[in-house]
Amino acid sequence: MYVAVKGGEKAIENAHAWLAEERRGSPDVAELSIAQIREQLSLAVNRVMAEGSLFDPDLAALAIKQARGDLIEAIFLIRAYRTTLPRFGYTNPVETAEMACDRRISATFKDAPGGQVLGPTFDYTHRLLDFKLAADGEVPAAPEGAARREPTPHITEFLKGEDIIQDEPASEDTPGDLTRQPLEFPSSRPLRLQSLTRGDEGFVLGMAYSTQRGYARNHAFVGELRIGKVAVEMVIPELGFAIDLGEIELTECETVNQFQGSKTEPPQFTRGYGLVFGQSERKAISMALVDRALRWEELGEDYLGAAAQDEEFVLSHADNIQATGFLEHIKLPHYVDFQSELELVRKLRREAEERITPKEAAE
Amino acid sequence: MVEQTEFSTKARRAWMGLLARAPKEALADVWDKAGLAPAFDWVRAPEIGGVMVRGRAGGTGAPFNLGEMTVTRCTLALQDGTIGHGYVQGRSKSGAEVAALVDALMQTSGADHVRSQVIEPLERLMKDAKLSRAAKAAATKVEFFTMVRGEDK
Repeated sequence: MYVAVKGGEKAIENAHAWLAEERRGSPDVAELSIAQIREQLSLAVNRVMAEGSLFDPDLAALAIKQARGDLIEAIFLIRAYRTTLPRFGYTNPVETAEMACDRRISATFKDAPGGQVLGPTFDYTHRLLDFKLAADGEVPAAPEGAARREPTPHITEFLKGEDIIQDEPASEDTPGDLTRQPLEFPSSRPLRLQSLTRGDEGFVLGMAYSTQRGYARNHAFVGELRIGKVAVEMVIPELGFAIDLGEIELTECETVNQFQGSKTEPPQFTRGYGLVFGQSERKAISMALVDRALRWEELGEDYLGAAAQDEEFVLSHADNIQATGFLEHIKLPHYVDFQSELELVRKLRREAEERITPKEAAE
Repeated sequence: MVEQTEFSTKARRAWMGLLARAPKEALADVWDKAGLAPAFDWVRAPEIGGVMVRGRAGGTGAPFNLGEMTVTRCTLALQDGTIGHGYVQGRSKSGAEVAALVDALMQTSGADHVRSQVIEPLERLMKDAKLSRAAKAAATKVEFFTMVRGEDK
């Protein structure tokens, strides 16, 4: 018997009113402003922009406030918002070689031109809680040196002359766009990169870590990691030429991987690539490792059955909004589904009991 | 009659790019100080949208879609018919309006005033901000030194 059930409107309304109150917390504590979140929780803002796949720090800060700091909920809000935006066009690819670097390090070349620039990093901190921050937020001005005015060239450029590192030849192919066509397999490297850059940081980190632990082992060095601002340029049809539309902060990671050579490729260094919105270096390094693992086929490597080599596994599970949507829907009312399962289990139980009971009676 | 002046595409790209990248508060601030209020008609009212930003695999290889960015655009016409296009990063209809007005005025005989009152102050401000970050980055550059070992003496 199917019984349609309605109801809960009042309960939902009251639940949301309470949610708003809990979001605000104690009225004795000053309310957070969007600017405070944007400026002081900027790495959370960066994560929401990267996985929400929309660069807009103020919107990401608003989403974090609305989501009470639940970053996946905030990412969900940004993804929903971005679907409402008319698409003005596709930009020219950003020139990361022109980046104004806040940070630029290489784990492979000590004396790289441009040097090892640490930037505002957590590296080399002692990871001890700083109770001074609980008392007051006063900070002295950061020291300044002689500003570099010219762009910092990519480190892989210096290896190219020797032909010992696999090249990334430029192309003007139009890449597929996950926001326009659903993902199909086998996909392509541009689609994998789009999927990874907006993928869940924890998931991509876990996949990358699995390659380091020996699943599809690809010993990676961070050839270069750079964080800074790049201009975003797009051709404007009514003008007939390209103009800068703005400037975004990016983290770029290039890994250099030892490669013994394969049936199709000579021994050389191969590359993995990560490029992520904002200052997001854990994510960018993870992305580069997973990108490299997924390139096994084009490089003529063996498929070792590792999860990180399986693009269908990686790309189908990297998106935390898809994942959370399917996962969390099971808490919503399934009364009718469950009713039918209940009926079925009861019937099976009855039948099983009937099979057992006559036997016992005969003994 | 349209009172337009000669200007190169390169120059127009430079000022439009500057207006797009400028911090919105700074743009509003220099515009207010410039004291300009030209009459205009909308050709296309301000509209908020997104653009898909692209990167290249390995920094130099095949293009891929990195993610979107918010942009506001509009188009207007001054009384003399000069068309101005405004494109700014983020969601700012007033910012796009100012950018379009500046773009239009930069094509007229009033360009010098706009350049000295709006473009140049923004240029200085953004250059200073960029240099300040570069200077802080420079202070975090590692200076390696080699320890002299005893047996080398």
